Amino acid sequence: MEIYLPNSAFLGNIDPFLKKIGLFDSTKLKISANKKWISIHPVVLCMVAALGLNVKPEDISCEKLEAKSKHYLQRMGLFKLLNIKADINIIEHEPAGRFIPLTRITNSQELTKFITEIIPLLHVDPEQVDSIKYVVSELVRNVLEHSESEQGAIVSAQYYKKSNTIRIGIVDRGVGIKKTINNAYPTKTHLEAIKLALTPGITGTTQKIGGTEYNAGAGLFFIKSIAQVNREFFMIYSGNAMYKLLKSKPNLKHSILYGDPFQDRHSKGEDYPYWGGTVVGVDISLGKTKEFSVLLDLIRDAYIKTIKERKKEKYMKPRFI
Amino acid sequence: MMEIKIVTIAGSFAENKDSARDIRLTKIIPALENNEEITLNFEGVEGATQSFIHALISDVMRKYGTEALDKISFKNCNETVRKIIGIVVDYMQES
Repeated sequence: MEIYLPNSAFLGNIDPFLKKIGLFDSTKLKISANKKWISIHPVVLCMVAALGLNVKPEDISCEKLEAKSKHYLQRMGLFKLLNIKADINIIEHEPAGRFIPLTRITNSQELTKFITEIIPLLHVDPEQVDSIKYVVSELVRNVLEHSESEQGAIVSAQYYKKSNTIRIGIVDRGVGIKKTINNAYPTKTHLEAIKLALTPGITGTTQKIGGTEYNAGAGLFFIKSIAQVNREFFMIYSGNAMYKLLKSKPNLKHSILYGDPFQDRHSKGEDYPYWGGTVVGVDISLGKTKEFSVLLDLIRDAYIKTIKERKKEKYMKPRFI
Repeated sequence: MMEIKIVTIAGSFAENKDSARDIRLTKIIPALENNEEITLNFEGVEGATQSFIHALISDVMRKYGTEALDKISFKNCNETVRKIIGIVVDYMQES
C-alpha cells in the first residue's frame, strides 16, 4: 500500500488525496509526503494509522520527512502508534496546540474513558463540548457495534485556531457500510449503502421503523445534521464510494435538514480506491456553533417527517376495481 | 415508587448504551412488571446521546406501549436531555 501526504488535505479538498491512495499489497505500507509542508485533517492521519496497524512495523517504510511541519505527525502519535521510528524531535510545544493524538478504541469502556478524560483536553467551552462528545461517542459506537474491525476505531482531533474549528477523524478497517446495511436492506452499491446509512430511521439491524431495542438508525443523521446546521463539512467514505456534505450557503437564514442526504448540498463519487472499512471526517465550528438544543429541534422535525413518509409508503392502499 | 439516579450509572455524559440497557433490564422493566412507578433522575447529567436514551426506553415503549409513559417520570433533565428524550419518545410513537 502507498500513501502520500500532500501539502494540504482537509475535508474541502480531500478528494485528490483519497484518489491517490494505493491500496494494493496489504502486507506493506509506504508513507511519503510533500517535501515543503504537510497540513492535513486528522482523518487523514487516522487513515494512515489504520492502514499501518495491519502491517508489521518492519514492513512500513516512511521516507525521510523534510517538511517543516513534519513534527505534527510525531506529536499526533503516528509513529508511536505504528511502532516505527522517526527522526523527528519536538523542541517546543505550541501554546495553541489543542489536540487529541491518534487513539485506538477497541471497547465500550475505553470509549467512555476517552469521552470523560481525553475530550476535555481540547479545552472547549462546556456548551460546545456536548457536540464533540456526541459526535465521537456515536461514531465510535458505530464502529464497535457494526464494523467487526479487529483494530477497533482510530480517532484523532485537532483544534484550528484560524478557523476556530475542531476537526475530527474516526476510521476503521472493518466490513464497511454496505455489508452492515445489507443485513436489513439489500443494496447494490457502496454509495447506495452510504445514502441509506445517512437516512434517519434506517439501520442495518432491522427493517422495522423505530429500529431494535439497541439501534434506531439515527446516529449518522444526527452527526451530518450537526455539521450541516453549523455550515461545516462532513465526509464519509466506505468501499469505493465517498459522500461529502458541503458547506451550506451562508445567506440561508435557517438550515433545512433533509432525510435524504442527496437533497443536501453535497458531492459524491464511486470511483475511489476500495477502502475496506469506513472513514468519517467531520468539522465542528466553535464560533458559530448553534446551541445544541436548537439543533435538536431541527433534527426532531426532520427525523419525524422522514419516519412519517416511510410509514406512509407502507400504508395499505385501497383496491379500486 | 422507584427512583434511579442516572448519573451514578452513566456518568455526566450519558452515552454508554450497555449501561442504558442494564438500567432498562434490571430496574425499569422489573418495576413496570410490579406495576410500580419509576422516576429517572437525570440530576448531574449534562448531556446524553440519542443512542443512550433509545437503549434506555425504546424497548419499554415497544413492549408496554405509550402507557409505560404514565408510569415513568423524567426528573431534573436539562434542556438538551429533555429534547433528546422527546425525540426518542416521538419517533417511538410514530413507529
